[in-house]
Amino acid sequence: MPPTPCSLCHTARALVKRPKTGQPVCKDCFFEVFETEVHNTIIEGDGIFARGESVAIGASGGKDSTVLAHVLSVLNKRYDYGLDLYLLSIDEGITGYRDDSLETVKQNQVEYGLPLKILSYNDLYGWTMDKIVEQVGRRNNCTFCGVFRRQALDRGAAQLGVDHIVTGHNADDIAETVLMNIMRGDIARLGRCTAVTTQSEDTIKRSKPFKYAYEKEIVMYAYFKKLTYFSTECIYSPDAYRGHARVFLKDLEAIRPSAIVDIIHSGEQFVLEQNVQKGMKAMQTCLRCGYISSNDLCKACALLEGLESGLDRSALRQTQDNSSAAPTGHRTIPKFERYSSGTSTPQDKALAQPTEGIERAVQAIEIR
Amino acid sequence: MASTSDDIIKNSNGLGYTASSAAHPETLIKPPAAPSKGQDTIEVRLEFGGGLHLLFSSQPRHTINLPRFVPDSDASPPQPVNMRYLVKWMKGNLLSEREEMFGDGDGVRPGILVLINDADWELEGELEYELRDRDEVVFISTLHGG
Repeated sequence: MPPTPCSLCHTARALVKRPKTGQPVCKDCFFEVFETEVHNTIIEGDGIFARGESVAIGASGGKDSTVLAHVLSVLNKRYDYGLDLYLLSIDEGITGYRDDSLETVKQNQVEYGLPLKILSYNDLYGWTMDKIVEQVGRRNNCTFCGVFRRQALDRGAAQLGVDHIVTGHNADDIAETVLMNIMRGDIARLGRCTAVTTQSEDTIKRSKPFKYAYEKEIVMYAYFKKLTYFSTECIYSPDAYRGHARVFLKDLEAIRPSAIVDIIHSGEQFVLEQNVQKGMKAMQTCLRCGYISSNDLCKACALLEGLESGLDRSALRQTQDNSSAAPTGHRTIPKFERYSSGTSTPQDKALAQPTEGIERAVQAIEIR
Repeated sequence: MASTSDDIIKNSNGLGYTASSAAHPETLIKPPAAPSKGQDTIEVRLEFGGGLHLLFSSQPRHTINLPRFVPDSDASPPQPVNMRYLVKWMKGNLLSEREEMFGDGDGVRPGILVLINDADWELEGELEYELRDRDEVVFISTLHGG
């Protein structure tokens, strides 16, 4: 086959076939369009960043967050966003899995000159994932890890004093999530999983600048830029449900590459009606740790209580005995410190109407 | 146009593995099943990224010798070996575990990117690409976590 010329500059040899458009592009034009599309996602509408904002990049050492740290550093300079960027990593305490990727993040810290904060499950919850798996087994441990990571990121951001977390979720991830939420009937999450930025009243803002970036292009970018990342698979039960959605999506992409962005667009078209939204739970703060929650106890506190009691099953069922104080002798999560005014009192608790609703049903489905 | 001054680092492999995580990153192996180097063979360099090396004896780099033409074929003129032949050869000679994580039918599993001499194989004819001496083929899995 003769070399294909770049469809943009018409001079250099094309090295990438863009999955979104099918265009063959050369290396330089590829960098240019990839970075520009991320920039466009960032400035779309009112833009996801405010000038002078402090932003933490959720950094795992994997390809997505590494490319995100690189691209954001480049764009922040090129377009003068005026952002203070930080790297924020979570150490789940999984021997032989996180060690290498945390080393990678430490190297990224040097390469990009960004301050790095590492927060561990062990420091925050008194449990490593290794210990959790020892107690609850491999079947449900992803639930613990997911809940704990989300809260750990927010707490790390609060400690850094940043207002905004960006994550490396890419177009493939979001399309997968749309499919999973449809299959689970989780309309609450379906409604918000395609948003570039999410923020409920009391949480730290989260954004996904790679919403429209295909995984293939992220991997190609990392390869052509020779970025330092670490690719590994969690040694504890990979998320099986997501795995099925992922394989299905990759099969679709092989037939029609635009399927990924098409699914994201479909997800965006789902809008919850007002009366359905009213039926869902109002947000409050956790009576024990002060973190945002739809129940008296946030999921992390409920899971931790289960672990401390040795009741792994009940932790998953989220039975709550409505006591704001942890049982004697149990380890607890430190108070969430960002919003001291939001700390609940017993009066607040009496006022909070526990609403049975879709969210609870959804939790039951999700957790199984 | 993106200027090269954007480049922050230049000293990594961009493939998601570190030397310490790979068994013998510099070792060149020539499996016994491969024909010995000679007039009728070509040398092909393979590299694995995105964690794929774990399926190939944990070695990210391999140099192999392939016959120049598909053996035991009645085709006339002789048919040069192509990517389809290479993938099949890899399954039979190089893959150390979990074949389903690499192969899918005649090809590779969706989600594995292939570059031939640094070009996306989708621009090079994919399985029909005819291999030449000293070609470099890179396989990168996108299926692992980010």
